[in-house]
Amino acid sequence: MTTHLKYIFHLYNRAGFGISYKEALALSNKSMKEIIDGLFSDSTMATYLSVIKPNDLPKRKDAINSGMSKKEINKLILQKGVELNMAWVKHLMTTTNAIREKQTLFWHNHFACRIRNPYLLQELNNIHRKFAFSNFRDLLVEVSKSSAMLDFLNNQQNKKEHPNENFARELMELFTLGRGNYTEEDVKESARAFTGWSYDKDTFEFQYKEKHHDFGEKTFLTHKGTFGGEDIINMIMDNRQTAIFLCRKLYRYYVNENVDEARVKALAEFYFMNQYNTEMLLKKIFMADWFFAENNIGSNIKSPIELLIGLSRQYHIKYNNEKLLIQLQRQLGQVLFFPPNVAGWPGGKSWIDSSTLLLRMRLPSLVLNNGDIDNDERTDDPDDMFNETNGEQTNQKFGTHLNWIDILKAHEGLSIEKLSAAILAKQPNEKILNTINTEAANNKKEQIIKLLSLPEYNLC
Amino acid sequence: MDRRNFIRSSALTSSYLLIPNFLKPLEYLDIKGNKNLVIIQLSGGNDWLNTIIPFTNDIYFKNRNKLGIKADKVINLNKELGFNPALAPLKEFYDAGHMSIVNNVGYPNPDRSHFRSMDIWQSASGSSEYLSTGWIGRYLDSNCKNAHQAIEVDNNLSLALKGEKLKGMAVKDAQQLFKQTQLPYFKNIAEIEKKETLNEDNQGYLYKTLIETVSSAEYIYETSKTKTNSFDYPNTDFGKQLKNVATFIESGLTTKVYYVSLTGFDTHVAQMNKHQKLLEIYAEGIAAFIKNLKGINKFDDSLLFTFSEFGRRVEENASGGTDHGTAGNVFLFGANLKKKGIVNEGPDLADLTDGDLKYHLDFRNIYANILNNWLSADANILINNSVVPYEIV
Repeated sequence: MTTHLKYIFHLYNRAGFGISYKEALALSNKSMKEIIDGLFSDSTMATYLSVIKPNDLPKRKDAINSGMSKKEINKLILQKGVELNMAWVKHLMTTTNAIREKQTLFWHNHFACRIRNPYLLQELNNIHRKFAFSNFRDLLVEVSKSSAMLDFLNNQQNKKEHPNENFARELMELFTLGRGNYTEEDVKESARAFTGWSYDKDTFEFQYKEKHHDFGEKTFLTHKGTFGGEDIINMIMDNRQTAIFLCRKLYRYYVNENVDEARVKALAEFYFMNQYNTEMLLKKIFMADWFFAENNIGSNIKSPIELLIGLSRQYHIKYNNEKLLIQLQRQLGQVLFFPPNVAGWPGGKSWIDSSTLLLRMRLPSLVLNNGDIDNDERTDDPDDMFNETNGEQTNQKFGTHLNWIDILKAHEGLSIEKLSAAILAKQPNEKILNTINTEAANNKKEQIIKLLSLPEYNLC
Repeated sequence: MDRRNFIRSSALTSSYLLIPNFLKPLEYLDIKGNKNLVIIQLSGGNDWLNTIIPFTNDIYFKNRNKLGIKADKVINLNKELGFNPALAPLKEFYDAGHMSIVNNVGYPNPDRSHFRSMDIWQSASGSSEYLSTGWIGRYLDSNCKNAHQAIEVDNNLSLALKGEKLKGMAVKDAQQLFKQTQLPYFKNIAEIEKKETLNEDNQGYLYKTLIETVSSAEYIYETSKTKTNSFDYPNTDFGKQLKNVATFIESGLTTKVYYVSLTGFDTHVAQMNKHQKLLEIYAEGIAAFIKNLKGINKFDDSLLFTFSEFGRRVEENASGGTDHGTAGNVFLFGANLKKKGIVNEGPDLADLTDGDLKYHLDFRNIYANILNNWLSADANILINNSVVPYEIV
């Protein structure tokens, strides 16, 4: 495999959700710059989630008046939550906006929100999507004014007489400055500045309740003034620590879980000088020669969503059984719209324990081949293949559907080494490749499944 | 300074954690034979006030108009506190000095979200601190060599058992897990890599986890399959989980920590019957388990620890249930408890914060004591903010 092709795989693993061998080949006559620009231009228009309507869920009071039991209300909330989850999962599997969705997933974790109302979650998710590449300040203001975040971090209860510090604390600790770059006093004072930030319970629109706002003087990060919420956000943005904090997290996500602080510092300076323009920052990262350095390729552990979505996109898998997709997210440890807490999913090695690793290694065979890793039947036999089934395989147990003829045709004539390079970001031990080559000598389908079932498929 | 002391004091520096376990001296890893800790998690937030009942307290009955357990029903433990009648099977252990009841356990700035509060208990963090490892997971990292040294009887692994380098095993069914790891292909690649030196990177980490999973699953299955446990347990999921644990213990697994949970305690609506039933399942399961352990002479080596992510509000709600509260009890069972029976003062219902009990004892102080005295670990390096161990075991 050429270096260029290898870099295309790497770029798509990180900036998107992987790419099939056929699609990667089709791009290989373009320069890296053209490919990166193409990724962003593919994502110019955003497609928003809209499965949940504002009045899909009756107000608790109305529901009870209309005779619904609490159980029925809870069931409805749960059902709508599943619909929302499915809507995003399916969008991720088919979208051409790969990088916009990848960045939306980053913000989904950065501004992690765990509430029950799926409509509010959908709207927050659409904010992450709409402002995915914009300047961070605009995104932060929108998130801070979203009914989802106001609700989750108790800003509804943040009133002049009894300030609630929850939002102010997480704003600095998890969204912007990071621990150690502000004081407890700053938390207290900025909480006062956000008093009165609220939302209308009927329309879910942001509402500034003047009567609950504390107009007094506050001291924040050594500045003094009668600050409001946006003043606090502006001062946070004026602090270079915010750029460093964000760039470190983006570096972990896009480049390497092990951070190179010197690079983060340089990126942060660039981000800061360009008014936190996220698109410019991402392009700078993908254009950097170190982005393609050997130690940054295959170095990260795929999140469950990256694994599941990547596998499905690479092999164009269709799922008939939605329950399966929810169950897989749960067992692999990442259910969209359901982060463990405001700090999001910790990621990296914490995804992997004995149970999740076994499931991850069995997943490709379950989804692609009814759970069989070792194939007894020689499906590679052309006569057999074109016989009746036409290469279409429906896996009864898991309700998945895919076309093996297309997959095999795309990988035709590839040696085990080339096949491995096309499927895995990090190459396995030579002995393992030899074993696969011997065990599945004339069976490309089995070779593909065996490569996908290796621990390395969990790296990107 | 003798060798043991030297090792112990050097363990205080965190860099000791970075030394691969196979280089650590054996006596540090396994000082005290086969002692085990069985953690029982009551998920959903147990109503401790209806578990250990302040039956002489007017405030209790005023707040629990519908749900209050009448004084004549309560099984008295002392002049003020008594068991919910559903806990009757535990009375003999209480009388024998094999049970400790700790009151008012919690943590500062309590969080009323199930998930968050459970994270706090499982990771032993402060309420505004987010840790990605559990308290038992960090014990695995520092004191253990194998994943099977902490087993959760479930299909998924809780945060409590996740360390940075080593994570416990989720084993609902030892045979099924063993079968999964015995797929010829997986076994094969695990064996190929075993002979190579694995790197410290993520690729190496994945293979180490795989190899560890294959060998631990085999070890658990091969060791425990020889035992058939015919002791009679109540026919509940909880009883079955505990029976599994007892079988593992009897078979001589070198497992240090077992983790079991009983769920359903989030009793916002029509609590009375539901809660009674849950306590019954708990008490009958525990009673069978302890009797089973005694019968196989393993009770001396076992310590049981029961907790829930929070207690419930003092006042019942309008739906015959209770809402999320704060402090509550923890229970310990063991043959050699330093503090027995009711070990501290009961809840002060006259001194509440927004209608919730105040905590008097941080749960991390109890963890610290268990880590130091039962698991021969060093709580100072495993729990943040050097806590003062609460000497109970």
